[in-house]
Amino acid sequence: MSSVVDKVWATLEPLTDPEIPVVTLRELGILRDVRETPTGLEVVITPTYSGCPAMGQIEDDVRASLEQAGIAARVITQLAPAWTTDWMSDEAKEKLRAYGIAPPHRTCGSGAGEVSVMKFVRRQPTEPVACPQCGSTHTVVTSEFGSTACKALYKCLDCQEPFDYFKPY
Amino acid sequence: MSTPIDYLLHLADNAVVLGQRNAEWCGHGPILEEDMALANVSLDLIGQARLLYQRAAELMGGDATEDKLAYFRGPHEFRNYTLLELPHHGPLVGYAAADRDYATTIVRNFLYSALMVHVWDGLQQSADPSLAAIAAKSLKETSYHLHHARDWLVRMGDGTEESHARAQAAVNHLMPYTEEFWTTSPAEGAAVAAKVAIDVWALRPAWDALVNDALAEATLTRPNFHGYITEGKIGLHSEHLSYLLGEMQGLARAHPGATW
Repeated sequence: MSSVVDKVWATLEPLTDPEIPVVTLRELGILRDVRETPTGLEVVITPTYSGCPAMGQIEDDVRASLEQAGIAARVITQLAPAWTTDWMSDEAKEKLRAYGIAPPHRTCGSGAGEVSVMKFVRRQPTEPVACPQCGSTHTVVTSEFGSTACKALYKCLDCQEPFDYFKPY
Repeated sequence: MSTPIDYLLHLADNAVVLGQRNAEWCGHGPILEEDMALANVSLDLIGQARLLYQRAAELMGGDATEDKLAYFRGPHEFRNYTLLELPHHGPLVGYAAADRDYATTIVRNFLYSALMVHVWDGLQQSADPSLAAIAAKSLKETSYHLHHARDWLVRMGDGTEESHARAQAAVNHLMPYTEEFWTTSPAEGAAVAAKVAIDVWALRPAWDALVNDALAEATLTRPNFHGYITEGKIGLHSEHLSYLLGEMQGLARAHPGATW
């Protein structure tokens, strides 16, 4: 890895998700790659949900950081391979939990061909989601959809706290 | 291999029209959680539509943009299934005022998502890498929509007398419109011939199985169908689409090029 590529990674490292400021774009798997091409530097990002309104902000943040550091690079949005919460590091998951968001379980499959759509036909008994406050797995889903596209709403039946669960995607 | 533009517009128009319809519940949901759920589903659908319109605009070249495709085409240029433009209530004329019926919303989301999980799954292997990439993302989102709609379908169908009656009425009203899924439009035919799309007819057994299984669990009856097959995907729409587009496109047309 060349020093200029290292410099870009270091420049972008402090950038966090606008909605979840405890995890960085790199840890979330949104910042995919920095590469040198014959026509200049490229920074590759990938969207989370197709309609996530934070993506525009994220792209602006990346451009502004590069500009501030005096780095000329193109920002490329790449769809494939499709973003998955499985890319999130254990460290990032722990940061989410400490912030009050239950981190995502692993998805059953991701990427072309692996996803069997039939598994969505009936609700499968799923791994229990642990409360980020007290750790109890005595929790219940209150809504499949939460405050942002990437989260669902849960409630802990032991400590009674409502909490967000980062949905496996 | 690139996808025929009309086929991309068919997929995009489906997503944007249902996204716009479902967004009507925003601030009016039957309960807060469902208000958020429908807004989230709309966000995903409009996101999918944007990716598809962006790709279509790229292929069209010139001054085509995603916004022009969404806001500056008339009803006859839209290629969505008629099912998706219908209001959230039973059969009434276009200008009729009626309360929104959540069973209609849920049954439609179920019937459409049950189709689209199979369509997106198949399109992941499209010969057009751009379309395959959009399909891989959309499949994840649509699977979740299906999950949500199926849950409510069972809850309503196997619920109270009133919820059962409403769910059955919605199934009776909407099921005939799904016949449009199984006819092949010129755009679909061209996309299949170019090997970028799958033959939707081949998905019918899987869709039938999914629908029949859910209806049985919901204690609902699947109606028989004999009659007119709608043709929204070739631009022949019900009167409802113009009302929907009037609301969706009004601002962009009154203030072309406006930004905020």
